[in-house]
Amino acid sequence: MNLSYSQEYQDFREEVRAFLEENWTDADRASAPEVDLQTVRGAMGGGIRKDARATEFRKKAIERGYMYRGIPKKYGGGEQPPDPLKATIIAEEFRRAKAPFEIMGQGPSMLAPTLVEKGTEEQRQKYVEPTLLGHILWCQGYSEPGAGSDLASLRTSAVLDGDHWVINGQKIWTSNAQEADMMFALIRTEPDKPQHEGITYFLIDMKTPGIDVRPLRQMTGEADFNEVFFDNARVPVDSIVGNRGEGWQVSRSTLKHERALIGNASLARRTFDGLVAMAQVIEVRGEPMIKDPVIRDRIAAVEADLLAAEYNGYRLLTLGAKNQDAGLAGMVPKLHSTNLVYKVTKLAMDILSDRGLCAPGEPSAPDMGGFSTAYMWYWGMALGGGAPNIQRNIIGERGLGLPRDVRK
Amino acid sequence: MDFGLTEDQILLKDTVHRFLEAECPTTRVRAIMESDDGHDQQLWQGLAELGMHGLIIPAEHGGAELEVLDLALIAEERGWAATPGPFLGSSMATAALLAADDQDAKSEWLPKLATGAAIPTFACGEKVGEWDADRLEATVEGDRLSGEKPLVPFAGVSDLLVVAARDSDGPGLWLVERGASGVEVTSIRGNDMTRRLDSVRFDGAPARKVAAGRAAIDRARDVGLVLIAADCYGGANRCLRMTADYAVTREQFGQVIGSFQGVKHQLANMATDLEPSLSLLWYTAHAMDHIQDKAARHAALAKAHLADLYDSTVRYAIELHGGIGFTWEFDLHLWFRRALFNRSYLGGSTYQRRRAAELGDW
Repeated sequence: MNLSYSQEYQDFREEVRAFLEENWTDADRASAPEVDLQTVRGAMGGGIRKDARATEFRKKAIERGYMYRGIPKKYGGGEQPPDPLKATIIAEEFRRAKAPFEIMGQGPSMLAPTLVEKGTEEQRQKYVEPTLLGHILWCQGYSEPGAGSDLASLRTSAVLDGDHWVINGQKIWTSNAQEADMMFALIRTEPDKPQHEGITYFLIDMKTPGIDVRPLRQMTGEADFNEVFFDNARVPVDSIVGNRGEGWQVSRSTLKHERALIGNASLARRTFDGLVAMAQVIEVRGEPMIKDPVIRDRIAAVEADLLAAEYNGYRLLTLGAKNQDAGLAGMVPKLHSTNLVYKVTKLAMDILSDRGLCAPGEPSAPDMGGFSTAYMWYWGMALGGGAPNIQRNIIGERGLGLPRDVRK
Repeated sequence: MDFGLTEDQILLKDTVHRFLEAECPTTRVRAIMESDDGHDQQLWQGLAELGMHGLIIPAEHGGAELEVLDLALIAEERGWAATPGPFLGSSMATAALLAADDQDAKSEWLPKLATGAAIPTFACGEKVGEWDADRLEATVEGDRLSGEKPLVPFAGVSDLLVVAARDSDGPGLWLVERGASGVEVTSIRGNDMTRRLDSVRFDGAPARKVAAGRAAIDRARDVGLVLIAADCYGGANRCLRMTADYAVTREQFGQVIGSFQGVKHQLANMATDLEPSLSLLWYTAHAMDHIQDKAARHAALAKAHLADLYDSTVRYAIELHGGIGFTWEFDLHLWFRRALFNRSYLGGSTYQRRRAAELGDW
């Protein structure tokens, strides 16, 4: 156990700092719009600078190997050996310098590595770099009204007609579909084959006639998801990744990146720090809430669980750096950290008491209603990327050696 | 940055694991816990030969000069194996003596503690629930100690009592030797038969002052909190793994019960709550030697968190075992009883979280 960085890493941090001082100036910082990570859109990558100046900066940072380190240089990545500690240092320093960092969201973090792994040379050249620079925005077409946890039962279909595929059906829970240029999607092309062997991985231009995007308003009142309808939408024959019927395998390499995206404790930490500050200010019967024995007991209990999640992150970082299998410690973070968001936001609502009646943005609310948004957004975290019971299956089966569920 | 155990620590943990597996299976745990004093000298000596009693004692006094994290690894293994004996009290007493000022006393006693030739214990808490050094009432006048310590671990088999008390200068630490006049030891029947507690009454017992102030007392208490947290993780992890093993062998309705989601998901929830707590434990134990400003508060938070988790994990373990889990001959109650000890000793979870709130200036 050594919680300080070795000389090599201290030197690396200095190098990153020097790069940032030279390449991202106060003038750049002043012109950058504020991104509110508390909002769903902000957390999903909305509001991030993608203009010419940001692109110029990103290209330099990629060239130095500070971004997209897992993607080869020839496809526009930074191409560096995996080093979670360096990756953490880079992320910390870029955040400190308020400099543009990797574009978040499903395109760069899920599709780009998938194309590098499974795409044709032409697909890699065409899509990977513009995706990394934020010039092509992607959405993910997986879930359907009848295919959620049992994703492989999906029914949206594509039929070959000359040199085009004709797509019919419906996708749901599609984040960013209203803004996306492209969708990567799982679509059934071999209806006569067994479920998992009949699916193909598609890249679809969202401007294709016959595609209709309808916003889906969620509990928070905002519309961050969509339904996407396909009515005889025709896409070119070369729009598929991998062979016909191999879409399920292709998607496995995409999904492993998504769970890592969701399983961290940063939202719980931000909310926790906010609630402690709030509990010191809000008074009940003339005394700050934090003096209430029950409230402080509950805050301390949640804090211990939060610290456990954060230190478990350190542990995973070290295991990753040593290329060692994390076992259970690597399987539980998604469920643990989303449970934690629930505990923290519920506690915040209890501290707010009647003030929690205020909706997000209500100026008279002490938190501008932010805690109630987080309280509701818990569901977005818990249900996206594998609902809690799917996580429990994974933990039980892969982590504890229990038998797999009965499946068709 | 390296958040994990060193090769040496993994080897140490593995050595103790294999020793306890071979020398102290639950049949022997039961024999020891049902004996008169709950202590097995042969087991104690076997651990001494592995160097376990001198782990945190400096090399100049015959120890291995390791850290609280190393000691916590032993505590975790003892929790896993439900090992009986005076480890917790002797570790707290050793930590107290290490933090004391009296070099002569250290030179006299630490070598004997390192070899296991003498067993110490820590006498601190009063009135069944008061562990604050500033609120202790046991008093020393001249060299004579008087007062009551109702919850002293294994006082009956200890050669040396390290006693937290006060004199006209305030709180401090005194040594009282076994067999000294004015010391009356009364054994208590406890829920956890593997870790005995005695009530000790001092009535003008000869006592040697080895530390002034509360720092050494607090240090010993915090080491105790960390070791209990480690015992909790080891025990809870054992219960989780035992239950997962049971779930793939026990059949009902024509299939192993682990194939039912009701069982599978309950086990997954236990693992989800428990696994990250190991990282909290490691950080806290590490902080005891390296991050002074966080150590005390983390120790309180970790003890409360892990004691609560041990309680819920063993509860679900028994529930998933069904009726067999409620029997005397099945082993699960050994861990259930240890969980009872851990949640209470040195103060319960609410008490610890109240301390954490105060230490955080809330």
